Amino acid sequence: MTAPAFTPTGIRFEKIEKRYGGLYALRQVSLEIARGECVAFAGRNGSGKTTLLRIAARLVRPSRGSVMYMTSSGAAADSGARSGFVAHATMVYDELTAEENLLMFAKLQGIAEPGARAAALLEEVGLLERRNSLVRTFSRGMRQRMAIARALLNDPSLLLLDEPATGLDPEGIAWLANALRQMRWAERTILMSVHGESEISQIATRAVRLDAGSVVADTRGGSEMHAILTFAGA
Amino acid sequence: MGKNIFAAALVFVLLGVMVYAAFFIAPVDAKQGLIYRILYLHVSSAWTGLTAFLIGCIANLLYVWRRQPRWDWLGVAAVEVGLAFTTVVLVTGPIWAKPVWGIYWTWDARLTSTFVMWLLYISYLLLRTLIEEPDRRALLSALYGIFAFLDVPLVFGSIRWWRTQHPQPIVMGGPDSGMDPTMYKVLMFSWLAMLALMTLLLRQRYKLEAMRSDVEAMRHELEAA
Amino acid sequence: MALLADTTVLLGKELRTEFRSRELLTTTVVFILIVIVLFSFTFDPTSDESRRFGSGLLWLAFLFASSLMLQPCFLREQQNDTLSALRLAVDEPFAIFLAKLTANTVFLLLAELVLLPFFALMYNVPVLRVLHWLALVFFLGSLGISVVGTALSAVSAQARMRELLLPLLLLPLLTPILVASTEVTKGLLDREPFMQWKGVVILAVFDLVFLTALWLFSEYLLEE
Repeated sequence: MTAPAFTPTGIRFEKIEKRYGGLYALRQVSLEIARGECVAFAGRNGSGKTTLLRIAARLVRPSRGSVMYMTSSGAAADSGARSGFVAHATMVYDELTAEENLLMFAKLQGIAEPGARAAALLEEVGLLERRNSLVRTFSRGMRQRMAIARALLNDPSLLLLDEPATGLDPEGIAWLANALRQMRWAERTILMSVHGESEISQIATRAVRLDAGSVVADTRGGSEMHAILTFAGA
Repeated sequence: MGKNIFAAALVFVLLGVMVYAAFFIAPVDAKQGLIYRILYLHVSSAWTGLTAFLIGCIANLLYVWRRQPRWDWLGVAAVEVGLAFTTVVLVTGPIWAKPVWGIYWTWDARLTSTFVMWLLYISYLLLRTLIEEPDRRALLSALYGIFAFLDVPLVFGSIRWWRTQHPQPIVMGGPDSGMDPTMYKVLMFSWLAMLALMTLLLRQRYKLEAMRSDVEAMRHELEAA
Repeated sequence: MALLADTTVLLGKELRTEFRSRELLTTTVVFILIVIVLFSFTFDPTSDESRRFGSGLLWLAFLFASSLMLQPCFLREQQNDTLSALRLAVDEPFAIFLAKLTANTVFLLLAELVLLPFFALMYNVPVLRVLHWLALVFFLGSLGISVVGTALSAVSAQARMRELLLPLLLLPLLTPILVASTEVTKGLLDREPFMQWKGVVILAVFDLVFLTALWLFSEYLLEE
């Protein structure tokens, strides 16, 4: 029996550990992220950012520790949470059209009036004219927009983005930054992993640095954020 | 250390008694002469192999449920030991068949099913060599191990049905062809001796796997540093 | 109920994807045809011999073909990590498997039904009068192949040498399907056709056991 799905507003990592054999991808990570925060995770490749986000998305089970999701009423639960997840892979089907993809995911998530929602999101990400084209024909930027559309289908209050700007040209990055800003204004909670400072990372209200699976720095606003995001090796 | 030597000695004694019983206590078979006595090794190995695979399946289920590495160690130990006993069955079968039937392999239902079961568990070991990450390897091989064990009765059942359609010589009349009480007792004792051997082998293999796992973990940590 | 609804949606996706490209179907049909033709060189295909060996080689061909056809099942979900998208979207992971195994059963059945006339013609076996019984055996056999094959496809997709691994894992497990299906088919293709219900029961039990096992373990097969 799975718990009824809900969309969380905050998230709490409690002593999260993830081991792959003898390798620790994450060591004792404890973090609390409140509603409306926009957290940028910085760190070298292999520092554990992707693992942490995938654990938050419930795609990966932690070896130890737990993740609690807070609802708007303040209650906490550790299962049933549906957040929006965007990765470097597009997570949509190349052999289906843009509309078919969104329609399918909308139906799976039990969204009311899936057709209307799919069309609305395609409009929001500017892909409505290409609704009947196979995703295979899309450029990298368009695919990323598809990925974001898919993530927003159930109107999630919690968004998880793993290096969402990878492979985007400056125009794509500007579009993404704008989309993220709008999500921030809508008070969605955002966790994203970034590489160095960019238009994207500037939207963040808080920066957390991971190194070898541990949190080494965590700050809200100000010049320290700049330091965290641009530490040599980022 | 002392405990180990005692255990090994006990198993050795049991096996010795088993051999003695098979040759001197068990009744003589008028038709087949000396060769039939290989039955005590053949049948007891078959039952022991199956016992080992059952232990393996339980270990697999426990791993999937609790995710403790020791169930994975027990799982692979059980399969390897089970395969060893199964190999004995597959070798003693033809050794028995040749003098009695004149041919090595008769496609007898039980022997054929045993061969398929042997292949199933060889695949289990092969699967393990092809997955490097230890947790992934443990989970996927446990799941395959469960599927394999579920298949075993179906394999035996379907091949037995098939053989009733096309009867062939049966290797070893087997326990269901009506056994002399003394034969039965010797067979049961043989099974006991084999189970003792199985337990000894399991313990050693399990400890070996535990050590291997530690070494692997240390190696990973060194490589990462 | 959510499981059935999700399965239907995903089944739609599987079928739509395949019917657009038809790559799995065409390669499977051609492969089975090649196997059937090649096998014919290994014995003298008189009517009696065909009756004796025909069903065996037909089912062997189905088994080999399926061990190839089932490989892309989960591999293609790795391409754009769509498997993660599915895992996030569905309530029950079993829906993903149920949809795929249903689609695979459909594809196998289609391939088998396309090949049946060729087989009947080439080997001079009368199939029309037992068509409905053949359909039953083909269905139960193909279902068994798909259930186990789809599950193992998820396993082999996470290992090295996956192209060789899937047949290695799959074929021994499918022994009961091969044995029972061949026997029942042989009876149906006989001069005086007869139905062997025991064989059908074996197939049905196999299907039920592994469908249940897959239902219980779906979540773990997809774990990352």
